[in-house]
Amino acid sequence: MEDKPYPIISEDECKGCGRCIAACPKKVLRSSGSVNNRGYIYAKYSGEGCTGCFICYYNCPEPYAVEVYRPDSEAD
Amino acid sequence: MIKRSTGLYENFTRKEGTATRATHYCAGCGHGIITKLIGEAMAELDMQNDSVFVGPVGCATFCYYYFDCGHISAPHGRASAVATGISRVLPDKPIIAYQGDGDLGAIGFNNAFQAANRGDNFALFFVNNALYAMTGGQMAPTTLPGQRTTTTPFGRDIVKTGYPLKVCEVFETLEAPVFIERVSVADTKRIMQAKKAIKKALKIQKEKKGFAFVEILSPCPNNMRDDPVKAAEAFTEIMEKTYPLGNFRDRSEKPAPTPESVPRRTERELTGGGREGITTKNDPSFRERKFKFSGFGGQGILSLGLVVAEAAVSEGRYVSWMPSYGPEQRGGSASCSVIVGGKEIGSPTIDDPDVLVAMNQPSLERFASSVKEGGVILFESSIRSDIGFPAGVKAIPFPASSIANENGVPKAGNTAFLGAMAGMGLLPFKEKDITDALAESLSARPQLIEPNMKVFEAAKKWVSDKEHSI
Ligand code: SF4
Ligand code: SF4
Ligand code: SF4
Repeated sequence: MEDKPYPIISEDECKGCGRCIAACPKKVLRSSGSVNNRGYIYAKYSGEGCTGCFICYYNCPEPYAVEVYRPDSEAD
Repeated sequence: MIKRSTGLYENFTRKEGTATRATHYCAGCGHGIITKLIGEAMAELDMQNDSVFVGPVGCATFCYYYFDCGHISAPHGRASAVATGISRVLPDKPIIAYQGDGDLGAIGFNNAFQAANRGDNFALFFVNNALYAMTGGQMAPTTLPGQRTTTTPFGRDIVKTGYPLKVCEVFETLEAPVFIERVSVADTKRIMQAKKAIKKALKIQKEKKGFAFVEILSPCPNNMRDDPVKAAEAFTEIMEKTYPLGNFRDRSEKPAPTPESVPRRTERELTGGGREGITTKNDPSFRERKFKFSGFGGQGILSLGLVVAEAAVSEGRYVSWMPSYGPEQRGGSASCSVIVGGKEIGSPTIDDPDVLVAMNQPSLERFASSVKEGGVILFESSIRSDIGFPAGVKAIPFPASSIANENGVPKAGNTAFLGAMAGMGLLPFKEKDITDALAESLSARPQLIEPNMKVFEAAKKWVSDKEHSI
């Protein structure tokens, strides 16, 4: 399988504010339409097209709601 | 690699249950983004272990649950003052303060302003969302003209409530700040600039180069009553006309100013007095004596008290000396209270003196009735004394000014009273300690020592001639 960047959204930490969705230049994030344990409709990766730009990470006000995996740098 | 938050605790222990890694901030709140930027910069600069973070009152009160470093919470508005204090106590440690616009701009403005003016050595992050957010969206000093808040339902009226406070612009008028920049976290481009400014301010602080200030425009979708994405867009539009972004100042390349070092001085060098090497002793058998010296400013009332206090100190007595005077340097009424004891003195104030010295009419009138039964009032004999003296108190008119005049030092009336007290046995000290203290008090003008000693002796002689000894 090809090693591509992707965002990792933590369902329970996400507050569904939508800032990552609006900011993603590739428009690959969307609302899941589902409600998490705390009652927020959390964001979701559409599964394709992430470039690993970290823009969603920087726009997200929740420290642990979105992380981004990017293969091109040293392994973590 | 995985891009994730750094510089923050792994878990935010405030909340139980699910999402123990979520903040308390509302969805889409700018504070969350700022938290991540500060944490990341601290981690990149490897300064968490050393840093002290001073948190505010307001939406960011709980910041101590997030930043992985040392914390102190300040009362409302006082984060800058607390940071100033810590920066003085821990001059080598990075100090970071975080304040909102209600906190810093209103109740705490003077604290922040004076810290900026002194160039106190800390980084100050100022989060501006143009209202009091935590308490429900009231008007803050930063609220825009016409902006609706819960306390300005028809919009802020600048005639009644003034103009928005532009803190960067105000601080820019000061000499001392090293770095001043205004940024925003409303969109990606702005967030990336905010990241740079925050890191710069922290680097300046890591290198202890002085006061670094970053104002961060931060949308509050909760009080803007809008969806976070729309709120952030509208926020840029509304705010940046009044609060333009940009760097105001960066003097971080200059070396940090170093204060002049303060040489060590002994008490004697500083005060010209002081009795080093004398220990105060507990002596329960010694009866506490309370002296009230009074007159008008310029008669040497306070120095008379000091001479008595010094003599007491040199005999190892506990002593307190407390002056009381009006705003006038000369001519107003002045008094001082001296207590000499064989044990620690509770309060330096005196309600019932054993000895009252009154060098003018108003003080005699004012204090005569307070003298303790069995006490003594010594007053200048040239003043009117047709006031009633309390029963059981010995009131003695004493010609201090004529004795001083006769000996060629008209201003030495206070020394005459000292001699009279000594002659009457009112001073429980060896005479040498009294005259040494008198000489010490005149050490700046040695030519006056001899004439004052003559006045002292003449006063004593007056007492023995009149047989006023008690
Ligand atoms: S890393 Fe960039 S491209 Fe990938 S989801 Fe986030 S914002 Fe979109
Ligand atoms: S920005 Fe963060 S909190 Fe908001 S929707 Fe995206 S992941 Fe969730
Ligand atoms: S009230 Fe406003 S500033 Fe406070 S946490 Fe909520 S969104 Fe943030």
